[in-house]
Amino acid sequence: MSYLEYSVKTVPTGPRKLLYLHWPLILLLCAVAGVGFMMLYSVAGGSPSPWAEPQLKRFGLGLTLMFIVALVPIWFWRGLSWFAYGGTVLLLILVEVMGSVGMGAQRWIDLGFMRLQPSELMKITLVMALAAYYDWLPPERSSRPLWLLPPIALIVLPTALVLRQPDLGTSILLLAGGGMVMFMAGVHWGYFAAVIAMGIGLVTAVFQSRGSSWQLLKDYQYRRIDTFLDPSSDPLGAGYHITQSKIALGSGGWTGRGFMQGTQSRLNFLPEKHTDFIFTTLAEEFGFVGGISLLVLYGFIIVFCIFAALRNRDRFSSLLILGIAATFFLFFAVNMSMVMGMAPVVGVPLPLVSYGGSAMLVLMVAFGLVQSAHVHRPR
Amino acid sequence: MKRPSVDTAGTHRRLSRRALLLGGAQIGFMAMLGLRMRHLQVEQADQYRLLAEENRINIRLLPPARGEIFDRNGVPLAVNQPSYRITIVREDAGDVEQVIDALSNLVTLDPVKLERARTEMARSAPFLPVTLADHVTWDEMSRVAVNAPALPGITPEVGLSRRYPIKGDFAHVVGYVGPVSDYDLSKIEDPDPLLRIPRFQLGKVGIEAKQENLLRGKAGTKRVEVNSVGRVMRELDRREGQPGADLQLTLDQQLQSYVQARLGEESAAAIVMDCQTGDLLSLNSSPSFDPNLFVTGISVPDYRALTDNTYRPLAAKSVQGTYPPGSTFKMVTALAALEEGVITAEDTVWCPGHLDVSNRRFHCWKRAGHGHMTLAKALRESCDVYFYEVALELGIDRLSAMSERLGLGQRFDLPLSGIASGLNPSREWKETVRGAQWLVGDTVNASIGQGFVLASPLQLAVMTSRLATGRAIMPRLVKSVDGVDTGEGPSDLLGVNENHLRQIRKAMFDVSNNRRGTAYGSRIIEDAYRMAGKTGTSQVRNITTAERAAGVTKNEDLPWERRDHALFVNFAPYDNPRIAVAVVVEHGGGGSTAAAPIARDITLRALHGGTPPLAAYPAKDRDRIEAQEKRLNALIPDRDGNVGGERA
Repeated sequence: MSYLEYSVKTVPTGPRKLLYLHWPLILLLCAVAGVGFMMLYSVAGGSPSPWAEPQLKRFGLGLTLMFIVALVPIWFWRGLSWFAYGGTVLLLILVEVMGSVGMGAQRWIDLGFMRLQPSELMKITLVMALAAYYDWLPPERSSRPLWLLPPIALIVLPTALVLRQPDLGTSILLLAGGGMVMFMAGVHWGYFAAVIAMGIGLVTAVFQSRGSSWQLLKDYQYRRIDTFLDPSSDPLGAGYHITQSKIALGSGGWTGRGFMQGTQSRLNFLPEKHTDFIFTTLAEEFGFVGGISLLVLYGFIIVFCIFAALRNRDRFSSLLILGIAATFFLFFAVNMSMVMGMAPVVGVPLPLVSYGGSAMLVLMVAFGLVQSAHVHRPR
Repeated sequence: MKRPSVDTAGTHRRLSRRALLLGGAQIGFMAMLGLRMRHLQVEQADQYRLLAEENRINIRLLPPARGEIFDRNGVPLAVNQPSYRITIVREDAGDVEQVIDALSNLVTLDPVKLERARTEMARSAPFLPVTLADHVTWDEMSRVAVNAPALPGITPEVGLSRRYPIKGDFAHVVGYVGPVSDYDLSKIEDPDPLLRIPRFQLGKVGIEAKQENLLRGKAGTKRVEVNSVGRVMRELDRREGQPGADLQLTLDQQLQSYVQARLGEESAAAIVMDCQTGDLLSLNSSPSFDPNLFVTGISVPDYRALTDNTYRPLAAKSVQGTYPPGSTFKMVTALAALEEGVITAEDTVWCPGHLDVSNRRFHCWKRAGHGHMTLAKALRESCDVYFYEVALELGIDRLSAMSERLGLGQRFDLPLSGIASGLNPSREWKETVRGAQWLVGDTVNASIGQGFVLASPLQLAVMTSRLATGRAIMPRLVKSVDGVDTGEGPSDLLGVNENHLRQIRKAMFDVSNNRRGTAYGSRIIEDAYRMAGKTGTSQVRNITTAERAAGVTKNEDLPWERRDHALFVNFAPYDNPRIAVAVVVEHGGGGSTAAAPIARDITLRALHGGTPPLAAYPAKDRDRIEAQEKRLNALIPDRDGNVGGERA
């Protein structure tokens, strides 16, 4: 609706759009993905199979998708927000009903050529729906209690579905990501203080429920929390990941052992060395310098996104870019905290680096949306 | 609702403020991550490096003892024995060639295996152990252990290795294990970490492969402290794994070994089945091979010798081989016709030696013809024309239905590799698979078990059991798992008229007890063990009109692979059936001469439970039998696998 009123003429059209893409951001994404290929190559013992090569193909597909999404006007995507959200929720319900069981959790729909995890898709469509909502809502109403209910429902519904799968990591990402969009939309800060207070209450409830008939989490999730709080309590079992991950990381030192020279992450049977724990390999082989470099790359992605959002005078676009940046931030922040022993092991991949199709494609589509918002911004 | 599209200055300022606040918080968190990284990697780096290098803690997997396999009387068929091997870790050894040199002064190293180890080392990560020598003697082990300081990276290891004490007799059933290959790993979705242990033994074929999940057990773990060269300094703690389940089979080792000896060097298969319970008492295929050869990896010439042999020693013919059942199929045609009321036992058919159906002449094996035939006579003398006529009336649909009820064309669920489902042809099958219409000639061929019909020896044994008992007997191979019996109570009735079965059993009795029966030469004269059977001779080639005119070439004059298959099925004792037997001798010639004598000897041995009394054989055969049994007894291994008193 809002676009009707600024001159669409000033928006670049046709192939000229390519010139107006946020190219530094694209280069950053490629750089991060490049780090990923290198690490997957190294983890496989210096071989493009089984991980680096498929990952490269998926990144290529992701990049193509990103360009396609970027060249379609942002107002088209905004019009699609509600359908996208509704469709993803339906898919989540579908996996709940008939999803195939993998790794003890029902998470994906088999599309034949890849396994689609609707929970990954949800991270983006939730941000889209929230941005569309606050674009539609007159800003002065955004803090009224009644107008808070729809966005809360929008966040809670998919979070609950994902928690049931059970996928603690993703539900935390959805909850926090949604909260951040609401914060940026200008909801009164008092509500957030209240929610944090409630969160503390919930954590207490989770611990209280343990072993009772209304137990809120699965046993393995409790064990992960236990071992987070005290990794030495079960060094052979669940605490093993954290201990081994810290040893691998720590032994990297300043500059690391060198490419493909890491021993820890391969010597020890870290079962998720190519997915959630890939950062340990990077940190071991390239040390502090390598780890910080990746962190800086991530930081630049966030900073570029925030500046792009600030420059954008369209409310939907700004909120969407900020929301995607926040989700992206949560991805690597949670993953790195987990690997460095600052958070429990919850199964969140390192974005664009960890091996995995759904997360990679969804993130690239999300950055396509960022590009589209950037190209088609009001001038 | 009308509002300015582009953010008003006020709301945009608020959004910018919030965005910068949150962005700041995010950058702040990243700084914290960076600090944490610095803390771990710079400040505590020495400590972690120490943990990683000097004193790294390794979790080692403890391979569980593989479940053992026994026969029905507890005779061990597959056991674990300690085996010593020497491994090297490239990274810890430094100069690998120098270490190997030093080692070769202490232990004899096989140059072939050494070469294999070198390529394995070049391929795998530097910190993974690679086996240099397998099955090392205890003396050599101690020498290596004493000289350990001079041999960096070398570890003497004790493991369990599979051994098959009875050697070839159970090779096709029990199968064998072998080292895990890349191919094996690629087939498994989420491989057990155990499989990554170098030289871990995985079931490759037979029960070893099909019951891998039961036999393997669960890995234990031990946590050890190792120093910078990878030597274990001390064990911190250990969690025991769970050994694999022991399996007891329904097979009887003494019987199985006898049958194997009796089949000798023929390309043949034989099955003895308890026809009341379905327990398989013996399941043989010959020639056989020594499964122990595969455990450590078979040499190329040995393997080539097995694969190039035209008698296919690696094939488990008793369950994998399918043959035209020939005349052994006639009971199916007969029973179907009786059940459907197409004939009665008294109806006669005139056999002139051939039958013309739609311009084609179908011959009886007896060119001169059998004359007037009743059902009993036709089975006894194996008249083909009788069954041609009956089948024309019966039709393929009803014949194929009965065939299915008796177990033909079915894939029985036994834990064996490559079980064949045979072929029970039907109108529908020919249309979908061959894309052609079912012809009346096909029915005529099928009525005597030729044409499209194919059956495995196992299916023939099941068919015979079902005829003998009137119950839907299912074969069983595993008697108990870790002492828990797998039995399921008596089988359901087939729902076939008992009178009809009795007529067929009587005819089968005559086959081997009536002077005119095709297997009269292989009769048993001890009343308690009398058998009822049926011979079968199945053609593997077409006899042309020209050849028939010139006189059919005798089997002995044909090359081996074009001779007829010889078959025999029987159950015994006639009045109280306990066992069913099926024997197939590939390209053996006639069923009555090649297969029936073997089946008779096996039957007697199975019923008597040892060397049978000579009085059970016809008087004129006794001298020959006595010599034969003496020769075979010397070939049967005892419980420990020792043959003829010699120590293995």
